[in-house]
Amino acid sequence: MSIKVLYFASLKDRVGRSYDELTIDAPLTVLEVWHRANPHMDMPGTVLASINMEYVGLDAEVSDGDDVAFFPPVTGG
Amino acid sequence: MSTIKLSAEIFDPWQELADFQAQAVDMAGKYGATGVFVGSMRDFNEGDEVRGMYLEHYPGMTEKQLQRIVEQAQSQWQLLDVLLIHRIGQVWPNDTLVLVAVWSAHRGDAFDASRFIMENLKSQAPFWKRETLESGQTRWVEKNSDGYLKQP
Repeated sequence: MSIKVLYFASLKDRVGRSYDELTIDAPLTVLEVWHRANPHMDMPGTVLASINMEYVGLDAEVSDGDDVAFFPPVTGG
Repeated sequence: MSTIKLSAEIFDPWQELADFQAQAVDMAGKYGATGVFVGSMRDFNEGDEVRGMYLEHYPGMTEKQLQRIVEQAQSQWQLLDVLLIHRIGQVWPNDTLVLVAVWSAHRGDAFDASRFIMENLKSQAPFWKRETLESGQTRWVEKNSDGYLKQP
């Protein structure tokens, strides 16, 4: 299974990348995707997550071909 | 009916409103209320002078979430039309950052729906602000101020 992991704003700066391409052999939750992509970095407590541009909880399951995104609290307007 | 736009260029909210109303001929005579919110960029924040700002967004998700927020407003209030424009990219003090306009027959719908759209945009639409201070240093804005200061 192949998934894309995107990072935005201050989180992109912290991880030092705008995206990762992951190949996984079994379904993972969003939190597990974070740990797989960032094995040496705890997820900041305020991080928001989406799958395919919809907000999800960290226990949501990621499927083949999904885009998973991690980002800090939003500050538009 | 709704129009949602992300703008990488500076825009004049009052001209946008005038143009929008001039084209909305079907709505003429039907609306008794227009609720308008305009958000502009300050030259100060958190005690510092701010020289400029970059508005990052998540292409695709930002539009999707804005559309959802407007649809939620349309399902809760009687609205004739909605116009929402948000800047992206590099912005400067005094630039308009966001325009929310709502047309309805009566003021309650216009007031409530424009407020709802604005507050939900603030908490749900994926935009992030990175400020450049007078010193040239940059920093991410970490949180928004409260939108509701007093309960009626």
